[in-house]
Amino acid sequence: MSGWAGAGHRRFRKVISYAWLGATALCALLVVGVLFFILGSLVWKGGSDIDLNFFTQLPKPVGETGGGMANAIVGSIKLLFLASLVGIPIGVVGGIYMAEFGGRLSAFIIQYTADLLNGVPSIVIGLFTYSLIVIRMKHFSTLAGGFALGVMMIPITLRSTEQFLRSVPVTLREGAMALGASKWRTIVSVVVPAAYRGILTAILLALARVAGETAPLLFTALNNRYWSPGWNQPTASLPVMVFTYGISPYDDWQRQAWAAGLVLLGMVLLTNIIARAVLSRGISAPR
Amino acid sequence: MSAGPVPASRSFPKRLIQGDQVAHVITFVAAASILLIATLLVIILWDNSALPRAKFGLSFFTGRDWDPVNEIFGAAPFVYGTLVTSALSLVIGVPLGLGAAIFLAELAPAKISDALTFVIELLAAVPSVIYGLLGIFVVVPFVRTTLAPPLMHTLGAVPEIGFLFKGPCYGVSFLAAGLVLAIMIVPFIVSVSREVLLAVPTDQREAALALGSTRWESTWKVVVPFALPGVLGSVFLAMARALGETMAVTMVVGNVPEIRTSLLAPGYSIAAVIANEFTEATGDMYVQSLIELGLVLFLVTFILNGLARLLILFTSRRGGAA
Repeated sequence: MSGWAGAGHRRFRKVISYAWLGATALCALLVVGVLFFILGSLVWKGGSDIDLNFFTQLPKPVGETGGGMANAIVGSIKLLFLASLVGIPIGVVGGIYMAEFGGRLSAFIIQYTADLLNGVPSIVIGLFTYSLIVIRMKHFSTLAGGFALGVMMIPITLRSTEQFLRSVPVTLREGAMALGASKWRTIVSVVVPAAYRGILTAILLALARVAGETAPLLFTALNNRYWSPGWNQPTASLPVMVFTYGISPYDDWQRQAWAAGLVLLGMVLLTNIIARAVLSRGISAPR
Repeated sequence: MSAGPVPASRSFPKRLIQGDQVAHVITFVAAASILLIATLLVIILWDNSALPRAKFGLSFFTGRDWDPVNEIFGAAPFVYGTLVTSALSLVIGVPLGLGAAIFLAELAPAKISDALTFVIELLAAVPSVIYGLLGIFVVVPFVRTTLAPPLMHTLGAVPEIGFLFKGPCYGVSFLAAGLVLAIMIVPFIVSVSREVLLAVPTDQREAALALGSTRWESTWKVVVPFALPGVLGSVFLAMARALGETMAVTMVVGNVPEIRTSLLAPGYSIAAVIANEFTEATGDMYVQSLIELGLVLFLVTFILNGLARLLILFTSRRGGAA
């Protein structure tokens, strides 16, 4: 009798088990589905508004249809260029220290702080840059925006450079040292070249990450309806355009926001996919 | 290639010429810039928020009036909105993320798991302004027409929790913000939780199965508890994201500086008020009040992230050691 009850109970437990496991599968499907939903909505709503004008024209005043976001695209490129100037050298060189020179304690402290900085809300980085640069220059500028994005790039680049360098086998270093190379020589001619593919993709990923940042640009680079010559004036950028056009009450602007969003998302996702594909084919990505 | 054979004990000047010491110093300066940035952040934000601290003290956070014209700044509505939207996003996002992570770590074949994880990592790379765009044009109308009416009629009539679902609902609301935030934080929960679940030693699962537990029982009663600190870490990480998220919340929360108990009502958040008002703020007191809000955001997320990292570190170490 107890055997019968046991079998029944066992079947019940199995059903429960399958039910829960099925529920977790549903969760995973739902989460994955969101990406395709986002992509689909952007293509559906923004796809038809992307034409040559979008890449070559300035924004039109309210009421006039058409126009493009050429200035925002160029602005974004300029901002990313400045961010690279700040973020890549400091991040990569700092990463070399972490992997090759750092003592246990100093490496840990810097690592930990870098991870924490990486989690700081980007709008706070905007406030920081405003207080540090914009107040002193007394005006918004491309320079300030690029600096804000660069500051965000440093911890990302540093941490991933460090991880890729660490994944280079010790035997390579020992080989170089045994041939009489100094430590610095070893790093420059052996270790970094061995990891350069990983470092390059890490830089790409960092760029893709800051390319979509809006909040730190709101009060550093501000926005601009015209071309922004040089580096000292406010500039438009794609993410800020998506924001201002998206919350505007005009149909035409909203449609352009979708188009700009599609271009932005396309670039970010493409960079991510390429970078990750390169990684998975070459050296295995350290995590 | 002039390095040549190096004697075992090199003198300091020699090492200096060969560049090791120079390289050490230069690379250290670059790495230490991280510490410099962190310190500068605190100092600058602290210095630039002295006025409201002196005038309002702690009542800055309890005051309910945000009145720039008369220079009265009480941040309670923003603090409230930030907490409500973040809590809501966790209520929705944590079960969803944990469920997906369990599926990816415990059930799915390695290839499928890797493919899905790839997609979820892409989701984490989507810029927040894109989430905001979808929030305005998809989530907000969905909340207004589809989600809110039945909620008002069913849960809104339940005495104890009815106050959470009182109408009218225009779409822009705490609920819309919570939904968008939930979608945004799920990738972080999934990728970190999956990792700590995978770090649980296999013999834990085998032992549970050998004792006669079903697959789910071994997962839920053995594997998840083992990985719990790490999972908790991922939740803290996600919470820090939710608290500081700016663009998406700004675009869907409604931007009304009032404290309302209904989740269907519009509100405001700390990050959103900074984003909306900072460029237009006139007068030092106004600007510095907003910077003080930024400082609070910074400190809270800094502490949450710190806790999260420690928990994750602890869990993956334990998994590796066992």
